[in-house]
Amino acid sequence: MSKKADFVKFDKVDKSYDGKVLVVKDLNLDIEEGEFVTMLGPSGSGKTTCLMMLAGFETPTNGEIFLDNNPISNIPPHKRGIGMVFQNYALFPHMTVFENLAFPLKVRKMSQEDIEKKVDKALSMVSLGGFANRMPGQLSGGQQQRVAVARALVFDPAVVLMDEPLGALDKNLRESMQYEIKHIHENIGVTVVYVTHDQGEALTMSNRIAVFNDGKVQQLSSPDKLYEEPVNSFVAEFIGENNTFGGEVSEISNGTCKVKLEKGEIIANPISVKSVGEKTTVSIRPERALINPKDKMDNNQKGKIEEVIYHGDHTRVRLNLLGNSEFILKVPNSSQNLDIKLGNEINIGWNSHDARALDPK
Amino acid sequence: MSSETGKILTTDGIPLEESLKQAEKKNKIKAFLLVAPLLLFLIITYMIPIGDMFSRSIDDKMVTNMLPKTYKAMETWDGKELPPEEVFEAFYLDYKILVKNKTAGKLQTQLNYEKNGFKSVLKKLARKQKKFEEGNYKEQIMKVHKRWRNVEYWRAIKRRAPSYTYSKYLKGVDMYSNEDGKIVQVSEDRRIHRILWIRTVEVAFFVTLFCFLMAYPIAHLLATLPMKYSNLLMICVLLPFWTSLLVRTASWMILLQQQGIVNDFFVWTGLVADDNRPEMMYNKTGTYVAMTQILLPFMVLPLYSVMKTISPSLMRAGKSLGAAPAVAFFKVYFPLTIPGIGAGCLLVFILAIGYYITPALVGGASGTLISNQIAYHMKSTLDWSFASAMGLMLLTGVLVIYWIYNKLVGVDNIKLG
Repeated sequence: MSKKADFVKFDKVDKSYDGKVLVVKDLNLDIEEGEFVTMLGPSGSGKTTCLMMLAGFETPTNGEIFLDNNPISNIPPHKRGIGMVFQNYALFPHMTVFENLAFPLKVRKMSQEDIEKKVDKALSMVSLGGFANRMPGQLSGGQQQRVAVARALVFDPAVVLMDEPLGALDKNLRESMQYEIKHIHENIGVTVVYVTHDQGEALTMSNRIAVFNDGKVQQLSSPDKLYEEPVNSFVAEFIGENNTFGGEVSEISNGTCKVKLEKGEIIANPISVKSVGEKTTVSIRPERALINPKDKMDNNQKGKIEEVIYHGDHTRVRLNLLGNSEFILKVPNSSQNLDIKLGNEINIGWNSHDARALDPK
Repeated sequence: MSSETGKILTTDGIPLEESLKQAEKKNKIKAFLLVAPLLLFLIITYMIPIGDMFSRSIDDKMVTNMLPKTYKAMETWDGKELPPEEVFEAFYLDYKILVKNKTAGKLQTQLNYEKNGFKSVLKKLARKQKKFEEGNYKEQIMKVHKRWRNVEYWRAIKRRAPSYTYSKYLKGVDMYSNEDGKIVQVSEDRRIHRILWIRTVEVAFFVTLFCFLMAYPIAHLLATLPMKYSNLLMICVLLPFWTSLLVRTASWMILLQQQGIVNDFFVWTGLVADDNRPEMMYNKTGTYVAMTQILLPFMVLPLYSVMKTISPSLMRAGKSLGAAPAVAFFKVYFPLTIPGIGAGCLLVFILAIGYYITPALVGGASGTLISNQIAYHMKSTLDWSFASAMGLMLLTGVLVIYWIYNKLVGVDNIKLG
């Protein structure tokens, strides 16, 4: 069975709450069957609104959403067959864990026998076998979260939506839950649309990530591409750490360009600049710039160390480079003894391929 | 560590428990002093009056104290035939003092409760006894009024001999202990209290029901509307709260009377004929309408405070799991509001069962409740002990309802805010 590439399809969707401001602008998004897609973005970027439109709690102002090629805008939420995990879990506090999980099966009028079988299976999937008779209030946050996931999956929905489900958990639990959800997804192959503002979460779990800002998808690609090859300065800034230089393109040729800064000049990879004279922001990941590079690199600059912060496995070095006093380097602590001391001048080198000339900020 | 003694000591060697007590003593005293005024207030304004009410309702010392010699003489009288001369003499002597002290009126009233027509007999005796000669009082008294020859009147006096009585409680449910000491019902045409009790419970029940039916959607709207609208609506709910109860009741009188606005409107729309205007006041209808409106906030507020805590995502979760909106409402939302329903219903029911002003003003004859009867005995007949007895019966009734409610729903499940 071939997987449908546009199992969930947002087609030119606009959404406005007050008729003045568009929260979601001309959204086009195809989600493949069985895929784990994360909508990532700062708060107010429209990602939750998209999820709510897919779930049926909001209607698109314009455009249409398709689920398996059927338009669903006019189908009420309870007939869409989409599972949802809410931010605060939304477990029914007056029902036991068993009753919570049985709820979607009961409203589908399944036999008691089938219900018990399915609930048992779902509970063991989230390793909460012995908890069927507990009330949600007697469970810890992580356990409640797992019950919520099990409840959203127990009726075999085609799509499961998760709205910042790990937001209320502490850091360690959040990380282990990330893996757990990822594994559940891999095992049962359900399509998951996940909303979060935590980039680490998005990078860990997703097949593809849609970065939202200002009501628009800025970039939709796999986690590694998103990190290594951001298409604009918002994505570069939002995902991971990032050193930037603002300047003007002075020369373009053969896949490289020269960018003139206030002090000095760098060679960069022209991503979104087309012609000489354009303003641009050059973005370099901290780990792509090396100290005293052995190999020959086409950018070589001298910088003064302004701050050294010890981070256990690595050391963060802040230097003043080409007029940017916020230039960050990550130096692995196992490496050869480099001359990293406050006030020292050191050589920094990077490949022009890793310096991406993007749209100006 | 002093593990041998099994007691944990502090570093100074004082047992830990003692040290803890010492440390917390000051806070405990402070806490007590803070609640002391309230405690005192409750004792003075609540416990003492209720105790006084109770002692009043069973107290029957008044007659006993007014006729000490009579009751002493009556001790040996079996009550079958007219009492002997000693009783007559003792009664004459007791009564003489009462007339002299001008306190005979109380005795006349009290004995009249016991036996109708006693008052006039005693009044006549008060006038005639001045001319009595010494000796043979039986003859002289019986001469004053022929009713003194009727043994029933003497039995009535004897029945008042004990210092305590539960007769007021019997009267409250239309019963009395007859001449033979048996507890029987009063004749059918005089059974008014039982009707009142039933009507009171009925009115309280329906007012609670109407309040619930009206308050539930209002509270739901309040809890789900955006802040700026819900504040306005909240003010609308609370506005009647800030208006005097009398004003509100009076405005219902203006609205509901036969020539009132509501009737005018019905006539104007052609629903009723002008010469056939329905009576909506001075009967149960008026009581229902006015009391429901007045008690509505007491239902809205607890419901609102509970609904406010129910996350809207629960209903969404219900729907996303496949429940139609109505199913999601009754399976998810409604069960979660039960603590508020319990609190609101209990509050409204208890307030309604003792309601006084509104039924007194708009209730008329068929809309008065037990509280109006209590007030009547407090103000008009001055039979305070009977009023106290009925008040206590009402209080007991409320406590019983509370107890049943606790058994059924559990007081822990009540949420007032």
